[in-house]
Amino acid sequence: MSDVIQPSQPKPPAAAVPLKPLGKVLAVTSGKGGVGKTFVSANLAAALAKLGQRVLVLDADLGLANLDVVLNLYPKITLHDVFTGKAKLEDAIIRAPGGFSVLLAGSGMVEYSRLTPEVRDDFLRIMSGLVPHYDIVLLDTGAGISDVVLFAVSLASEVIVVATPEPTSLTDAYATIKVLVGQQKRQNIRMVINQTARLGDGRAITVQLQQVLDRFVTTEPGRPIKLLHMGDIPADPTVRQAIMRRQLLMQSSPSCPAALAIAQLALKIEDAVIHRGA
Amino acid sequence: MSPTSNPDVASKTPSSSIDLQLLQLDDARALLDHEMNMALPPPEASASQYLQSIINGLCELSLKDPLTGLANRRHFRTVLERAIDVVARSGEPALLLMLDIDHFKKVNDTYGHQAGDQVLQAVSKCLGKCVRPMDTVARYGGEEFAAILPNCHTSYGAAVAERIRETVEALVVQVSPGVSLKVTVSVGGAYAPEWVRSTTALWTERADVQLYRAKNEGRNRVFLDQQQEIYVSAEEKNLLFGHLALGEPAWLENVSGDLPGGSASVATQRVN
Repeated sequence: MSDVIQPSQPKPPAAAVPLKPLGKVLAVTSGKGGVGKTFVSANLAAALAKLGQRVLVLDADLGLANLDVVLNLYPKITLHDVFTGKAKLEDAIIRAPGGFSVLLAGSGMVEYSRLTPEVRDDFLRIMSGLVPHYDIVLLDTGAGISDVVLFAVSLASEVIVVATPEPTSLTDAYATIKVLVGQQKRQNIRMVINQTARLGDGRAITVQLQQVLDRFVTTEPGRPIKLLHMGDIPADPTVRQAIMRRQLLMQSSPSCPAALAIAQLALKIEDAVIHRGA
Repeated sequence: MSPTSNPDVASKTPSSSIDLQLLQLDDARALLDHEMNMALPPPEASASQYLQSIINGLCELSLKDPLTGLANRRHFRTVLERAIDVVARSGEPALLLMLDIDHFKKVNDTYGHQAGDQVLQAVSKCLGKCVRPMDTVARYGGEEFAAILPNCHTSYGAAVAERIRETVEALVVQVSPGVSLKVTVSVGGAYAPEWVRSTTALWTERADVQLYRAKNEGRNRVFLDQQQEIYVSAEEKNLLFGHLALGEPAWLENVSGDLPGGSASVATQRVN
């Protein structure tokens, strides 16, 4: 009989073994919820579509994302129906107002939020089938660091971490980056800082994060972590209006400061992810 | 008894008055007398007060396990659902423990079912003492118990689980003159994935897996399924907020020390 509490060996998270990431898949993630991750995903998709790219946004939060709410879309057929064999994949992909395609998970997918090997295989199969049909696939992942989020990110060739200048958001973004670096051996992580008060704040935050990472996270020699600052989205009252009206900012107010910033971001993504990968 | 004149009740009930004489309340009353030792309202109470007290009693009764007085499965499920809701909205960590008395069948087979019941009652009492008032301990079925610990950080969760194991191990149950029994429990636990709206089935299953591990590894031990934990030290945090310190020093002091909710706050192993 042992009096010693057995050290709990955490089960290896589903995404512990890095999968071979699929090409031109961009995961949009954040540590904390409520930093505008889905807002960025949807409007970035619209901006990329405007540049002539074929874009698919996938609700990779398996039914917990707010993509349907942001886009005001309530499709009858979702990824859940594809998983359960009730519908074909083509029927679950719908056209969003911004000229891009959307695949929503459907609330039934919550049941899959524990990733069994079967679910992973299904998801991977679906993803591999989808990727060739688009110039870029955006994965709108869940908030927090869960199996599902890590799995979704592991499928992506690129990852954007969205953060706001708030300390809680920064801490959680930092923690997320540590996990992505530690578990998935990622070197390059793209940063988008949302709701910045002043020009240059976002870059300063990225630099700050980079400095703390350099000091506290050891990586394999020759494989330093690189945070790539992709842009700031300024705090803009128009954003709130668009969200409340459930419109895409890129459509309702394409010339407001936040929309212009997202258009810039789209150009950078097009250049760094789509063109480079081509 | 006079029919109620409370307009509030009247507006919400199909009939505007209650005639207790027409209701058959004797069985319900007897049940509450017997099971709950419930004090009935004084004679001057109104009919609706009287009826309400019976309804309250029956509600309470329907949530309790008759043998141990712990929450029953029905209550457990409701509390678990509420905990998931809180975790998903606030990111507050919550722990679910599944417990099983080791070799309980032997107690029943050797000393009889009454002795078994006494052991169950003693262990139940013990469990209740090991947790906070805000926690819910339930009899899951047979010799299996469950505990839901909302707002439970990792260090606390591990300590409680271990305290339960130790306390039960030290427990001596006198089942008859001259016969004292000692039992142990195996404990498995899982934290709810923070910020994620999980399901009761998935969460319970994760805790169950750990319980089976505890059983397989020789019983009388604790296994907790840790979720992905990332440690961000105070020093790291201070550095992270360096850029803010120039602009807003006053409120920075409030946030640099501890993390809200703890979605990334809990400490242990480094991922590498």
